[in-house]
Amino acid sequence: MTFEYAPAPESRASVSIKPKYGHYIGGKFVAGEKHFPTINPATEEVLSSIALGSKKDVDAAVKAAKKALDAHWSKLSGRERGKYLFRIARILQERAREFAVLESLDNGKPIRESRDVDVPLAAAHFFYHAGWADKLEFAGVGTKTKAHGVVGQIIPWNFPLLMLAWKIAPALATGNTVVLKPAETTSLTALLFAEVCEQAGLPAGVVNIVTGDGSTGALIVNHPGISKIAFTGSTEVGKIIAQAVAGTSKSVTLELGGKAANVVFEDAAIDESVEGIVNGIFFNQGHVCCAGSRLVIQESISDEFIKKLQKRMEKIRVGDPLDKNTDLGAINSRAQLEIIKELSLAGDAEGAQRWSPECALPNKGFWFAPTIFTGVTQSHRIAREEIFGPVLSVLTFRTPQEGIDKANNTPFGLSAGIWSEKGSKILWASQKLKAGVVWANTFNKFDPTSPFGGYKESGWGREGGRHGLTAYLKGVSYE
Amino acid sequence: MSKRIDVKKTYKLFIGGAFPRTESGRTYEVKNSKGVFIANPCMASRKDLKDAVVAARSAQSGWSQATAYNRGQILYRIAEMLEGRREQFISEISELTGVAAKKASDEVEASIDLLVWYAGWTDKISALDGATNPVAGPYYNFTIPEALGVVGFIAPKKSALLGFIAGIAPIIASGNTVIALASESAPLPAMSLAEVIATSDVPAGVVNILTGKTAELAPWFASHMDIDGLDITGLDSKLVAEVKVAGAQNLKRIHAFKEVATPGRILAFMESKTVWHPIGV
Repeated sequence: MTFEYAPAPESRASVSIKPKYGHYIGGKFVAGEKHFPTINPATEEVLSSIALGSKKDVDAAVKAAKKALDAHWSKLSGRERGKYLFRIARILQERAREFAVLESLDNGKPIRESRDVDVPLAAAHFFYHAGWADKLEFAGVGTKTKAHGVVGQIIPWNFPLLMLAWKIAPALATGNTVVLKPAETTSLTALLFAEVCEQAGLPAGVVNIVTGDGSTGALIVNHPGISKIAFTGSTEVGKIIAQAVAGTSKSVTLELGGKAANVVFEDAAIDESVEGIVNGIFFNQGHVCCAGSRLVIQESISDEFIKKLQKRMEKIRVGDPLDKNTDLGAINSRAQLEIIKELSLAGDAEGAQRWSPECALPNKGFWFAPTIFTGVTQSHRIAREEIFGPVLSVLTFRTPQEGIDKANNTPFGLSAGIWSEKGSKILWASQKLKAGVVWANTFNKFDPTSPFGGYKESGWGREGGRHGLTAYLKGVSYE
Repeated sequence: MSKRIDVKKTYKLFIGGAFPRTESGRTYEVKNSKGVFIANPCMASRKDLKDAVVAARSAQSGWSQATAYNRGQILYRIAEMLEGRREQFISEISELTGVAAKKASDEVEASIDLLVWYAGWTDKISALDGATNPVAGPYYNFTIPEALGVVGFIAPKKSALLGFIAGIAPIIASGNTVIALASESAPLPAMSLAEVIATSDVPAGVVNILTGKTAELAPWFASHMDIDGLDITGLDSKLVAEVKVAGAQNLKRIHAFKEVATPGRILAFMESKTVWHPIGV
């Protein structure tokens, strides 16, 4: 007989969502002019109404950030700045349940992931950077460094709270003030974070949150009062930002797209590798810039491996993000679902073989079954373009060097995976792979002490660790 | 008895370890500070740049995989060879720019010493910028700096030897290969340096040197999709925005520098790679 899991839904009781939100500017919520709805992608239920940031709003936020910088934040010692960050880390830990539920409601990701990954890591980023605030002279970048001033930060919808933490924590630790724009479809946890800033007693204007879409982001990028831009998002938008700031004195860091390869050698531990490949592509619905979206597998083991992978994929539970048993939640938006569908159809049309396990998808909301394509060649769109969904493309190789060459055959260079039981092969492959992060016999691991960022068209600079810190200090950049 | 007629030097390009003429057949005139004709260096074309990129790309993997010790030895070897030709460079610089022999001598000595300084960095930059990261979990995790790939360099107009070496030495120290565009007004020391490099155990293609019009060639450096980084220290400020916009096409790493001797010039054209592995039995 087969045992079924009973539903185990997380309670929504800890979360209260206002019907309408403004921007958080200068320490208070200010009304927006135009608004747009934000929905739960799992049910299409309208959660709230979000303000569309205008030029007036961005001007006000930059002004508030500059005022806070001059009047207070720049005069504070590192030790006192750090205490505010420690407070924020603690409040995030205390309110973890609330943030996790809200994140899953707004983003569609499984509560298992928002609870165990997003929120604890966000708190860890504040805790890590808090300790840097009074030790900047030991960051190995000299003593003449100083803050940029007002930093403009634009973050994506895949890890709304975590990306906020990646951006705000190092900016504040190094003495900058910020204007942050969350993604259009996932603003709610950023707006809840404004409450955390208040509870932490953070001086008004140090953190400003302006919601909106790409037009609001462009206003931030082009604002003359902003000294540094930090952007995480698509390579396409990253290039537009790089062009927009060309010839200005603005500093820029960009964390952009990827098309990571998981290179599985024939001596890999098969069961562990299958688990790692599943984690690499189906974690967070594949909405991960460093997702292992290409499986590059040695031909001698590929048939056996694909069978095991399919068997494992049959156990993936797709459905209600608030159910603690759910592995794969909802696609974040209708627009993203369309992109995933379009690229998958291109995979069919170009001759790759599509496979998905039998799985019932909910009637409402945005859903896409876990999918693999076999018989993929290097010229296929599904091997070249970022799908940003639960779709894995499988390519094969014969010699180790061919595996590396196929893995590197992309304009991106954010991450890569290696699966082998042989240490010398892992070190050889890790040297050859052109990627900023290489996971060997594991995948999708993140930590605030650990620099993250890409080679080639995956962006400029690193986030996390001492390397990430330096991007927020002037006098370190090589200009 | 008639006065001896001296043998004038023909200046060519330096691509892939060879000294070809420009495929374009174009040259321009270089005069000394008194307006006397000295030479007709090549006016390199977009095709010459492409050839240089191909040479630099094919040399890149071997050079970046050479040991840091080996790269340090070779940079030091360039300094040795330059020391042996001190007098030639002193007279070339003073003839070209009209500076006193003492000043030219200072520049050549500073150039040699700078090469020695960067030679010593090759096996130390990883210790300076690398890290082992104490992640919260059973993983061993380290970050190491790695060469970026193929890097272009627009040399400064002045200090034609020192400024030139300040650009190429940090780029190649880490394992990058370089395509350098010599100073337009004073290109000759760079081309004489090519002769030094050619006899200094530097593998063919690691250093490639072009001469020509900066305003014509710099945008091609920026838009070339197989150049990963660009040092624009010698670029006119009015061209910077144009070059950065073109460079955004492949998110090229573009930097300009004020200091001659700083590890920042090495690190600007390196990437940080973070490697994770589980710990367990």
